[in-house]
Amino acid sequence: MAEPGLSVSLRQSGPIPLDVAFTCAPGEVLGLVGPSGAGKTTVLRAIAGLYRTRAGRVGVDGAVWFDSETGVYLPPHRRRVGLVFQEHALFPHLSAAANVAVALSDHPRAERHSLAMALLSRVHLEGLETRKPAELSGGQRQRVAIARALARDPQVLLLDEPFSAVDRRTRVHLQAEIVALRKDLAIPMLLVTHDVDEVARLADRLCILDQGRVCLTGRPDEVLAQPAIRALLLGDEAA
Amino acid sequence: MDWEAFKLSLLLAACTAGVLMPLGLILARWLAFHRFPGRGVIEALVMAPLVLPPTVLGFYLLTAMGGNSSLGKLWIAIFGHPLAFSFEGLVVASLIFNLPFAVQPMQRAFEALPPDVREAAWVSGLSPWRTFWRIEAPLAWPGLLSALALTFTHTMGEFGVVLMVGGSIPGETRTLALAIYDRVQAFDTQGAQLMSATLLAFSIGAILIANGLTARVGRRHG
Repeated sequence: MAEPGLSVSLRQSGPIPLDVAFTCAPGEVLGLVGPSGAGKTTVLRAIAGLYRTRAGRVGVDGAVWFDSETGVYLPPHRRRVGLVFQEHALFPHLSAAANVAVALSDHPRAERHSLAMALLSRVHLEGLETRKPAELSGGQRQRVAIARALARDPQVLLLDEPFSAVDRRTRVHLQAEIVALRKDLAIPMLLVTHDVDEVARLADRLCILDQGRVCLTGRPDEVLAQPAIRALLLGDEAA
Repeated sequence: MDWEAFKLSLLLAACTAGVLMPLGLILARWLAFHRFPGRGVIEALVMAPLVLPPTVLGFYLLTAMGGNSSLGKLWIAIFGHPLAFSFEGLVVASLIFNLPFAVQPMQRAFEALPPDVREAAWVSGLSPWRTFWRIEAPLAWPGLLSALALTFTHTMGEFGVVLMVGGSIPGETRTLALAIYDRVQAFDTQGAQLMSATLLAFSIGAILIANGLTARVGRRHG
């Protein structure tokens, strides 16, 4: 029986201690929140296949991407995952359209350009297709990064502090786009952020991480009502 | 002007660059992206030809290629002539004394690539091989070009190692640098001047072309 959505279980004592287990249903936004060094980005990297933990299992819609017991480990290019990096990580020598088209390699060559244009249009970047990343603003670059992540036709969308490198006004616009996207995408979405208010608005559930362990999982209002959790998170924000 | 020596120098530089660029690229990329015990020792060995006196390096290479060495005996058994004092011997020596000139610029170019850009390529569905061709190579291109220019021009001008390993056999191992030395010994100042000027112009021209292409790549990347 195939389990829908994403199921993650990662365990290791070092070099980055991790002991986390959670699930994320299709269409759900799970916020991974915690102080710096809690292991949030490491969890995303492990799901994407960019980091291999000593033990654990990552399964998506019944398929196994990683299972330390059976020795299954799919390399990142064979996992259909969309990852939006904190600092965009766009390819500086390629135009916006070409950046997106790189992730369309499963499609016939003749279709890639038009698909890339459609994806750029979806993130409101019409007319900027030929620009290189250096000719785009921070917000525009992040939109290209989102379009590139979607081009992979991902089974899971991972957002690693996607709004941290943009100004407040752009952040509000990008957040609105994420809200619009989740209505269209019936896939699990994981959002890593430091911003408690942001994650409370965008996520259906929160998973609080501290020192590589899951402290608490639940609805944002329930989780954030706990004084110990607020102290943990707001203490980090204040820092 | 000793055109035979000039042609031989060009041929040696082309053979060296042709063999060393792909091998050096693999080594440079490996050193740039992997951390392992003994990495420092390998880097030191790659850099050694840069600090060793050419005569010392040439002496060791001559010993390694001589008729009494394992390599020398094997070479004679297969090809029927000694490796030392042959053009092939010069190519082998040239590959070794050019290692730092080929590997260093390429290694630094690969190390300068932001790690998340390579990772973004992988999660975009590109295999490591396609990531190299589509992302790493275009971004590291200035480093690859510098490595090519340095290897080529350094081979054209190398004197000490070439003299030790190749002697100065006309048409076989006498390169332009050795021909200049021979002309000076023979008090043919005019011939030495002409060949020196040719080598100088060639070297500066190669570096200017490499720098120009590098700047063009930089502008293209915005």
